[in-house]
Amino acid sequence: MINALSSLLILAGLFFYIAGSIGLLRLPDLYSRLHALTKADNLGLGLLTAGMALQMPNLMTALKLVIIWLAILVASATSAHLIARHARRRESRS
Amino acid sequence: MNSTSLLVFDGLLLVSIVSLAWAALASIDARRSVILFMAFGLVLALAWARLRAPDVALAEAAIGAGLSGALLLAALHDHDRTAAGVGSSSTQNQTSAGLTTVIRWSVTLLCAALAVGLGWALVHVFDHPANDALARAVAENLDLSGVSNPVTAVLLNFRAYDTLLELAVLLTAVLGIFALGPARAGYQPAGLIFDGLTRWLVPVLILTAAYLLWVGAHAPGGAFQAGATLAAAGVVLRLAGRHQIGLPAARTLHIVLAAGVGMFLLVGFALLATGRAFLGYPPAWAGSLILLIETAAMLAIAATLVSAFVGGQPESVTIDNEE
Repeated sequence: MINALSSLLILAGLFFYIAGSIGLLRLPDLYSRLHALTKADNLGLGLLTAGMALQMPNLMTALKLVIIWLAILVASATSAHLIARHARRRESRS
Repeated sequence: MNSTSLLVFDGLLLVSIVSLAWAALASIDARRSVILFMAFGLVLALAWARLRAPDVALAEAAIGAGLSGALLLAALHDHDRTAAGVGSSSTQNQTSAGLTTVIRWSVTLLCAALAVGLGWALVHVFDHPANDALARAVAENLDLSGVSNPVTAVLLNFRAYDTLLELAVLLTAVLGIFALGPARAGYQPAGLIFDGLTRWLVPVLILTAAYLLWVGAHAPGGAFQAGATLAAAGVVLRLAGRHQIGLPAARTLHIVLAAGVGMFLLVGFALLATGRAFLGYPPAWAGSLILLIETAAMLAIAATLVSAFVGGQPESVTIDNEE
């Protein structure tokens, strides 16, 4: 039961990763690429973390995974914002 | 997890290491090269983790991928600024392009020779029975070392000389950096979001550094990993455009930079004075002495790395000298 649930979550996470990567490769400009990449990857990572947390031997290790997920969420959201703002400033300058 | 799926994972790891290295070298755009190099460092850290060398993996991720990447990006930023200011002539560009090709090919040939040599050594390693005399010697004497992490026991006790000299190399490097003159001007103050990130990221990094220092005695960690993490806090503060980036004022900074080598020598000579060998810790005191040396080393390493990122004598130092 737990194995099936965690496989399902991990597969769903992988789906969002693939969608985000396709977005990165196919979308026309930087903003939509950033949008695809950060949104899809953060959700994908969340599902992946949830799937792996179910496999952990105890609650502490599972909580560590959640902390890693939160740290990556904050870091990727901030860097996406910084990249987008930099690009926008460069656009308005030229 | 069964061994076949792990083999697939290792194969993927190997392919991505080689292709990332190739992409980083082959890229014409220097910025792209640097970012590929950072990705290369992260995948390499994964490979070290797979080889069950978590200490090396931590160091590779923190120093190889993180701080080296930050240093290279800062250097690139500086180079772009000076190049835009000066404006080089086309003939100069041609000579430098020719020179770059020569350098690139010589490095490629050297690396290929090295790879052939290593491959030859690897093939011959399998002919001999595993020689684990050193590993056994470490395991047998681990109880006397004062720590239970064999890596820390080797670095700070059995082969403490090597670490002392490594710290001396870092001290020499920072003297070279200070010889470049005053630090580059800082960056513009960060916006609301990055500033907000800085506010909680820096305390977390400091806490992590302290944890890595402490845990080094019995699990992967230690002064170098902790120092790199502490330096990352300084890099984040600098990138956020803060004036204060955690470096103390001139006199204290000089003491901190010399502290790694200084504490080593102090402990070494104190032991000599009590009639023991240089850095031959008495087993009862070894744990405390190692922690003392590692704390000083962590601070020195962090200050050195932040000074390298700043690229010269930090501002507060020059101001203090003028006063």
